[in-house]
Amino acid sequence: MSKISLIVQREYLTRVRKKSFIIMSILGPLLFAALLVLPALLANLEDKEIKQIAVIDESMLLTSYNSGKAVSTIPETEYLKFIALEDVELESLQENFASTGYYAVLYIPANVITSERSLLYSDKQPSLDVSSHISNAMEEQLENMKLAAHNIENLDQILADVATDVKVSSIKWTRDGEAKKSSTGLVMGIGYASGLLIYMFIFLYGSMVMRGVIEEKTSRIVEVIVSSVRPFQLMMGKIIGVGLVGLTQFLIWVVFTGILVVGASTVFGTTMQQQAPMTQVSGNELFSQDENVQGAMEDFSEGEAFMADIFGAFESIEPGKIIIAFLFFFLFGYMLYSSLFAVVGSAVDNETETQQFMLPITLPLILGIILMANVMQNPDGPLAFWFSIFPLTSPVLMMVRMPFEVPLWEILLSGGLLILTIFGTVWMAGKIYRTGILMYGKKVTYKELWKWLKYKN
Amino acid sequence: MEHMLTTTDVIKDFQGHRALNKVSIQVPRGSIFGLLGPNGAGKTTLIRIINQITAPDTGSVIFDGKPLQRDDIFRIGYLPEERGLYKKMKVGEQALYLARLKGLSNAEARKRLKYWFDKFEIGSWWNRKVEELSKGMQQKVQFITTVLHEPELLIFDEPFSGFDPINVNLLKKEILELREKGATIIFSTHNMSSVEELCDHICLINNAETLLEGEVSQVRNKFSSDIISIGFEGDPEKIRTGLNKRFEILEIRENGIGKEARIKLPGGATSNELIAELLQHTEIHSYNEVLPGMNDIFIQVVESASGKNTQKS
Repeated sequence: MSKISLIVQREYLTRVRKKSFIIMSILGPLLFAALLVLPALLANLEDKEIKQIAVIDESMLLTSYNSGKAVSTIPETEYLKFIALEDVELESLQENFASTGYYAVLYIPANVITSERSLLYSDKQPSLDVSSHISNAMEEQLENMKLAAHNIENLDQILADVATDVKVSSIKWTRDGEAKKSSTGLVMGIGYASGLLIYMFIFLYGSMVMRGVIEEKTSRIVEVIVSSVRPFQLMMGKIIGVGLVGLTQFLIWVVFTGILVVGASTVFGTTMQQQAPMTQVSGNELFSQDENVQGAMEDFSEGEAFMADIFGAFESIEPGKIIIAFLFFFLFGYMLYSSLFAVVGSAVDNETETQQFMLPITLPLILGIILMANVMQNPDGPLAFWFSIFPLTSPVLMMVRMPFEVPLWEILLSGGLLILTIFGTVWMAGKIYRTGILMYGKKVTYKELWKWLKYKN
Repeated sequence: MEHMLTTTDVIKDFQGHRALNKVSIQVPRGSIFGLLGPNGAGKTTLIRIINQITAPDTGSVIFDGKPLQRDDIFRIGYLPEERGLYKKMKVGEQALYLARLKGLSNAEARKRLKYWFDKFEIGSWWNRKVEELSKGMQQKVQFITTVLHEPELLIFDEPFSGFDPINVNLLKKEILELREKGATIIFSTHNMSSVEELCDHICLINNAETLLEGEVSQVRNKFSSDIISIGFEGDPEKIRTGLNKRFEILEIRENGIGKEARIKLPGGATSNELIAELLQHTEIHSYNEVLPGMNDIFIQVVESASGKNTQKS
């Protein structure tokens, strides 16, 4: 055992001391932090630009009058203002659009209630946020109107009843609804990120094991070493050592990224708070039902609300379970594949020859990545089920499913199968490896590997 | 115990091909044992069995009087034919690592490495990467790591390949010194002149089987062809014409140093008879029995064995 630990030590220290490792440790978190913070930062910058949207409402359904002045009933937000225009032709606006300073012109045709269509004119591509805000607001109001148009007796009474139900759904669809949305996004994001990380880790460090084996073969040190330790010890020492390197790198990334993100968001968060008093939530009468929700929202700055959402979402997906599952699939997925990578390394004389044996290893890994989208869309479907049980794809795909509340027995089955497969694979890898590392100058085929597997000693 | 290592009827099969067929060798304690044979004869397989890199299918290996055990690897030092070091690792660190794999403690390994690095005057290499060293320098480091744990049995597989003549001499000196200190050495090579120089015992393996085994002097005597080399002064013609026809003259050579005749001693005739006969015709400077070189014996034995094989098949 002490020999394995000696090997683990060497494998670990020689790699951790390398320049490339140190550079990766620094660059990785910067990259991650940039990926996490930049979009938010950019979104923030973009949001600060106040967009005025002219509304030409020919239906007059979305216009109300406030002391004789036309006001659009589409709710404005902090950065989105709607200005109702009366007696203005679309054509004339188009001609001198640039000089008006409007971000876009919303044209609501007279027959909007039947056509369910409105047009947003602009000299640029309006952002998705803008168009979805308009679309949501209009849907909402038109639905209400349609309902009112039915002239149902005791409508107020009925509406009040319905409103209680609708109130739930309205939380989902309006401001607070965004929070809910972002938490599904978070769940998917966690699944996707951890699946992708496991895939990356297996590939990076699995092939590191392979290169290590090839290095020992080409430098001809391997026979010196196996005269002191068993080939199996050498292989396991390498796999464990490199695995620890990966884990170290990962932890450094997590910690550094955390520090960077927290650091960045403190700076980012204080600017948000300074802006908070400016936030005006429109108290439009049509949205009065949301008042209590919005009232609660007003206590938060948007940044705090966002953080609260994230924490809320985290709690709902049981972070402890996710982290344990991640470490499990992270390590054992690596274990499974790295033993296969070790076999490939032992079978060849140099890296260029690895190609022929790489396909069976990369195929299931890439399949896992391809299936990720499917699994996220339907995390309880048969495809998701079977591929998150199958050991060669389970490390990636079970992790994608994890945040979506997978039944415990499925997790245990998947994990158990993975461990059993590892025993089988490591045993088999050990046998092939033992013969392979001492073979030189032979063009190895799969048939040859099969023979080595059957050698007695 | 007289023998450091014995193998008895060792058989090793690889898929569809027999690498060793009932190979038995006895390596006397304190000897330098030459393991000879052409490429692919099975030498490396036998060496790997002794090093427990692979196991025999049948047959036994006795090490120091007891069946070979896992822990015996700490008492064996092995310099393989296919040898090398981690190129990116520092010399000292690497030597330390290999020593610790052979069971030495960190402190003990450091102490011994200091001794050897001083002895070979390579102390300044400690912090250099192996790839910065020349091939010969690397071989020195490799040699040190092989002997550092003071093994009782040393196995050198083609130790001189890749060494320049100066280092070959250094190495020979070290090998002899190790024997002085009581180590037993197995020495596998094609280089027959070094066998004559170093080995006391040999074993010749060909085609997975032992062809010849024993003390070098015995082996050479066994292959003695009763040819006598005589250095003489005078007219070669006198010998040609005057010598009793019982003695067959194979060759008479003249060169700057002197004259030499090679004469076959017939069965029953003694050296004294030949000398007495020669003295009548010439003045003798030297008288030597011509023993066949290991090279000749090697070729002769291997060729006759493969000749037999071709006849069989």
